Amino acid sequence: MNAKTKDKIATVVFYLITLIIVATLLGLLGVILTNGIQVIDWEFVTEGPGSILTGGGGVGPQLFNSFYLLILTMIITIPLGLGGGIYMAEYAKPSRMTQVLRTSIEVLSSLPSIVVGLFGLLVFVQYTGWGYSLAAGALALTVFNLPLMVRIVEQSLSAVPREQKEAALALGITHWQTILRVLLPAALPGIVTGTILAAGRVFGEAAALMFTAGMTTPMIDFTDWDPTSPFSPLNPFRPASTLAVHIWKTNAEGLAVDAQDIMAGSAALLVIAVLIFNLGARWLGRLIQTRLTSSSK
Amino acid sequence: MSEKIVVRDFNLYYGEKQALIDNNLIIERNKVTALIGPSGCGKSTFLRSINRMNDLIPGVRTSGTIEIDGQNIYGEEQDLVLLRKNVGMVFQQPNPFPLSIYDNIAYGPRIHGFNDKKKLDEIVETTLKQANLWEEVKDRLHTSALGLSGGQQQRLVIARVLAVQPDVILMDEPASALDPIATERLEELIDYLKKSYTIVIVTHNMQQAARVSDMTAFYLNGEIIEYTETNLLFTNPSDQRTEDYISGRFG
Repeated sequence: MNAKTKDKIATVVFYLITLIIVATLLGLLGVILTNGIQVIDWEFVTEGPGSILTGGGGVGPQLFNSFYLLILTMIITIPLGLGGGIYMAEYAKPSRMTQVLRTSIEVLSSLPSIVVGLFGLLVFVQYTGWGYSLAAGALALTVFNLPLMVRIVEQSLSAVPREQKEAALALGITHWQTILRVLLPAALPGIVTGTILAAGRVFGEAAALMFTAGMTTPMIDFTDWDPTSPFSPLNPFRPASTLAVHIWKTNAEGLAVDAQDIMAGSAALLVIAVLIFNLGARWLGRLIQTRLTSSSK
Repeated sequence: MSEKIVVRDFNLYYGEKQALIDNNLIIERNKVTALIGPSGCGKSTFLRSINRMNDLIPGVRTSGTIEIDGQNIYGEEQDLVLLRKNVGMVFQQPNPFPLSIYDNIAYGPRIHGFNDKKKLDEIVETTLKQANLWEEVKDRLHTSALGLSGGQQQRLVIARVLAVQPDVILMDEPASALDPIATERLEELIDYLKKSYTIVIVTHNMQQAARVSDMTAFYLNGEIIEYTETNLLFTNPSDQRTEDYISGRFG
């Protein structure tokens, strides 16, 4: 077989692999969306679950919980992730200690989420005495989201051309100012894109939340916005089932007459949300890039 | 003749490898000094020693002194930020920040404490005029600097350096990424700038060294082989190795 034939075979093989990936994605999206989209209406998105005997109702509180939990997690992970990423990219000297740190971060991010959930149950639920709560869920999600954030920030900072950093330092700008005013702005599109993609992962997480944020949502009153009130949707110490956990629970217990519909609709909602995250990430990254490079008069 | 930079017995090591060997050199005020030599001879390393950019590379050690206006910049009390403010640097690749033209120039002054809009406008205009770029960009000051051509970017970078008011400007092969016309404009600019600044330029291009510089140092394997007036070095080199290099026998 000559080199030309091999080259042709290789090309065909790679095209086939690409085709398989795209076909899998389209097939998955097609099934989930066609099954789910007919269930989704305004009531399904806003109302609470209906009676298990008559069916109906929706997943409004679960959808809210998913977003709220995401926000709580991000409030914890973004500052810590920025700090860790800046340290790893700019301050950590190549040494054994840094090597250990890097390995630790990698191991932390690859822990099975059910294990993180059990750890969360012990520490964030029982040891703190909070019980199943949004706060415990957010901390559990932080455990594997934080390493991801650190890596995103570190990689975005390291991807800034060395010339940029040297240009700043050569102007007599201090290291900290260089980080703050040159490196971070240049890395921002990457950080934002990475963060939103990480958010998509958090949004769809179920296993780590079953034993931390809990599998039920108490009666909540969407007119009560006082975070200390037990009925407020904002109270971080109330239990909260997210959309992903709700799917799992509906499937596992399956008592509702319209369990199939609830699952299909929730799955479609979840997928739509994650798709929006992904597309939004690209769009926002580009927007920031153009904004940064021009100035107001 | 007045001494701006005095280098005495300067050695630099990258870990075990010695990159600069016993460099001795006197660089004069308001002159253009060219550093020439084959790739890897240490000329860029030496240039980056004058504003201590080599400090960024792990494992670099030095001995000997480099004095600027009589002060040893490798002394313990040397403030690196102040040193780099006084010794500006232009790199091989034009490296404007991904900001507007205006913000690129206002960058240094802003960080060093200028916030007055009028004053900043003035700095931007003067330095762009000095860098011979004003006419080309005055109507698009607030658009991205990345939209400029390579030659314009390099002049913008020079304006950015001028805006922090250095008195020495180091140039590391500033024309190597530019076309002949942009190179010519850059050389004119260097000639104009030496009235007010001391310029040290590393170049691969011997014609360029001959055109722009007053003094030339020839580097080989980390050593300064010959250092003298440019026209003397190119017409009547005293060392055989210099002659071999400038006549194109190696390098």
